[in-house]
Amino acid sequence: MNAPLSLLKMRFLTGLQYRAAAAAGILTQFFFGLIFIMVYVAFYAHSGEAQPMTLKEVVAYVWLQQMFFALIVLWQFDGELFELITGGNIAYELCRPWRLYPIWYAKLLAARLASASLRCLPVALVVFILPEPYRMPLPASPAALLLFILTLLSGLLLVAAISMLVYISVFWTMSPVGSVLMIAVAGEFFAGMIVPVPLMPGWMQTLAGLLPFRWTVDFPFRVYTGHIGVQEALAGIGIQLIWLAALAAAGEWLMGRALKRVVVQGG
Amino acid sequence: MRLYFKYMSILFKSQMQYRTSFLLLCAGQFFVPFAVFAGMYFLFERFGGLPGWTFHEAALCFGVIQMAFALAECFVRGFDAFSRLIVHGGFDRLLVRPRGTVIQVLGSNFEFTRFGRMLQSAVVLGIAVSGLPVQWTPAKIITLILMIFGGMTVFSGIYILAATFCFWTVQALEVANIFTDGGREMAQYPLDIYAKWVTRFFTFIIPFGAVSYLPLLYILDRTDGPDLLYMAMPLASLLFLLPCLAVWRIGVRRYRSTGS
Amino acid sequence: MSLITLTGIGKSFKVAKRSAGFAEAVKALFVREHTIVEALRDISFTVREGEIVGYIGPNGAGKSTTIKIMSGVLVPDAGTCSIMGFTPWKDRVRYVRHIGVVFGQRSQLWWDVPVIDSFELLRDIYTIPPGIYRKNLDMLTEMLNLVDILRTPVRQLSLGQRMRCEIAASLLHDPVILFLDEPTIGLDAESKIAVRNFIRTINRERGVTVILTTHDMHDIEALAGRILMIGKGTLLYDGSLSELRSRYGTQKTITVDYKDNASPIDVPGVQCLSRSSGRAVYTFDSDRINITELINRLSAGGELADVEIGSPPVDELILQLYKEHRV
Repeated sequence: MNAPLSLLKMRFLTGLQYRAAAAAGILTQFFFGLIFIMVYVAFYAHSGEAQPMTLKEVVAYVWLQQMFFALIVLWQFDGELFELITGGNIAYELCRPWRLYPIWYAKLLAARLASASLRCLPVALVVFILPEPYRMPLPASPAALLLFILTLLSGLLLVAAISMLVYISVFWTMSPVGSVLMIAVAGEFFAGMIVPVPLMPGWMQTLAGLLPFRWTVDFPFRVYTGHIGVQEALAGIGIQLIWLAALAAAGEWLMGRALKRVVVQGG
Repeated sequence: MRLYFKYMSILFKSQMQYRTSFLLLCAGQFFVPFAVFAGMYFLFERFGGLPGWTFHEAALCFGVIQMAFALAECFVRGFDAFSRLIVHGGFDRLLVRPRGTVIQVLGSNFEFTRFGRMLQSAVVLGIAVSGLPVQWTPAKIITLILMIFGGMTVFSGIYILAATFCFWTVQALEVANIFTDGGREMAQYPLDIYAKWVTRFFTFIIPFGAVSYLPLLYILDRTDGPDLLYMAMPLASLLFLLPCLAVWRIGVRRYRSTGS
Repeated sequence: MSLITLTGIGKSFKVAKRSAGFAEAVKALFVREHTIVEALRDISFTVREGEIVGYIGPNGAGKSTTIKIMSGVLVPDAGTCSIMGFTPWKDRVRYVRHIGVVFGQRSQLWWDVPVIDSFELLRDIYTIPPGIYRKNLDMLTEMLNLVDILRTPVRQLSLGQRMRCEIAASLLHDPVILFLDEPTIGLDAESKIAVRNFIRTINRERGVTVILTTHDMHDIEALAGRILMIGKGTLLYDGSLSELRSRYGTQKTITVDYKDNASPIDVPGVQCLSRSSGRAVYTFDSDRINITELINRLSAGGELADVEIGSPPVDELILQLYKEHRV
């Protein structure tokens, strides 16, 4: 059997050994989703008037959050990278014949995809067959589904770019905890991870609109439910890409500055 | 008892060695639940309330559970982080000391950064109390305190069960989070907003209902049974804790007959 | 009257079978198969108060399992054990008050605080009366040379310093028995000698019984009057080092240095290992060949400047023992 196939087989087998851990993770996501939905059901039961989002749309939002949790959270800790930055071994990385930003970016991306892939499918299988009102609604239309996948992917790229900025900030703060903390708490809030963006008060929605965070998850999730129509979605992809380009450029530039500092100071 | 405080002081001294990291984590422990509280506030603003509950009433519930959780996470951390202890052979070290396992496991770890969450809970309780038209008699204050410690007891029991689970396998431990973090997320809202089976589970099996919901009704003057009954309800959490400790002893026995 | 008595101790473990291959791994998702490993079988020995016993054997032979049983951590499947009148696993809390345990690689001290803080917490855990604590602390500090490092956080100590502190920590409460698990592992030569000297002193002056597991044969040589060897779960040897020497240590080497170039001498029954101008090395069986006669024979080759007779190192003896029992 050739090498890549053997490697794949070995990785898969190793993965199966951790079946208990993966199962536990899936169960956790599932229950948290249920809890959140139950709270929303109660809120919607109380207020009869029309809301910016229907309960069905909120249910979809919550389940999508849980399914793609590993993909989209900003609380991520690649201990190895932090070690490199705070420890000073960064000097070795600079000797390599490639630019650091793309390499680290790819690393972050791969880590998220790896951890999400095992978990998202089992949750998805279950939530479509739950009883009402917990059942996951189907996408608004085939076009919505397609756009959802596209927007989620570009949202993922955006998350990785934001994440890169967090890591780069550690060059200045020298404190992984501090950097992750400040950006992750605010970032997750404005991405709609605590309260869906349309349910926020008006002034807060405006604020969220100015920041890149809502384009990571709030946007794709509402494309799925049709809350954001096809035209708007296509325009939105454009905005995602603009943010992506801006943040990536900023990241590359800042990283260059930081590394220059390292070289000058000797690490 | 004195030994417990000695453990606490040596670990406090230990953690203080890393001051900046400590303060940052503390701050994190303030802001993360605060964001959740802000979310609750905005939802109340949007929807006007929950069936039968105003914002300040829900905030009281929120504050109590958050405080109970923070206290448990801080002072019963030894059981919460037991998987780390047992994997590195630390439990054997405890067994060669002339003390019971429970006190030693409790003394093995404290997480003082949870002071941040305690502060946040205090702020929330302050907001709740200031907005509630309640006459705060000594009886009600005692009830509130009992609620907090009752909640802490329930969380502690869950930690002990999760730690006992480690004697069999360390792998599926994340499931315990469903009951600790999940329990907190759920109980921070008044329990009667949920479906019947949920309320029943969290009253009789993992008795959050006994420590937060029922005494809460008493504080808000919504009850007509004997006052003392509602006030003493949080003590039902002990009925939960004792079986957890019994299960722990079974776990220790198993560990000692099968090695690791 | 023996301090420690083990009779017929047996212990088995269930070990999950790790499967190879794809089909096996998938099956393992649903059913976990186990094999039974017999870690200890019919282990019996006694130890008198004041002995130093070296407990040796290849890895996986059952050494740490025996130690765990003797220290009350593990419950055996069969057999009895009586130490100081206690059954270790039954009377755990009352029994462990009288023993000290040092695990070579895992620290019992609190990592980020000064050593003295750890000592004081141990004083409270063992409820050592303040007068006795003071006296022991002073004695141990002096004997192990800890004065300068008592106020240093453990994480800043070198391995040698840390090990000295660990040993001190295990003796604060005046234990009757000291279990040492690989105490000199990773230490530099100076620290190893210091530790060995200390153990000898503490045994001689305070009568502490010492059970020592080690892979370092120099530890055995320096300390252990008696050796217990375990292999594949059974006791293979129980005797003194000198007995071991007389059983396997009769093969000696003799190195002769001649004043000037000498002619090589061949002696029947003696094998020549190496020969160069002025030096020859032979190996012989000291049971069968008289040493005086041998030297006389060899001096026929020239005037002898130096004669050195070497015993095989303890490593060799142990290896012989392993070979004989096929472990």
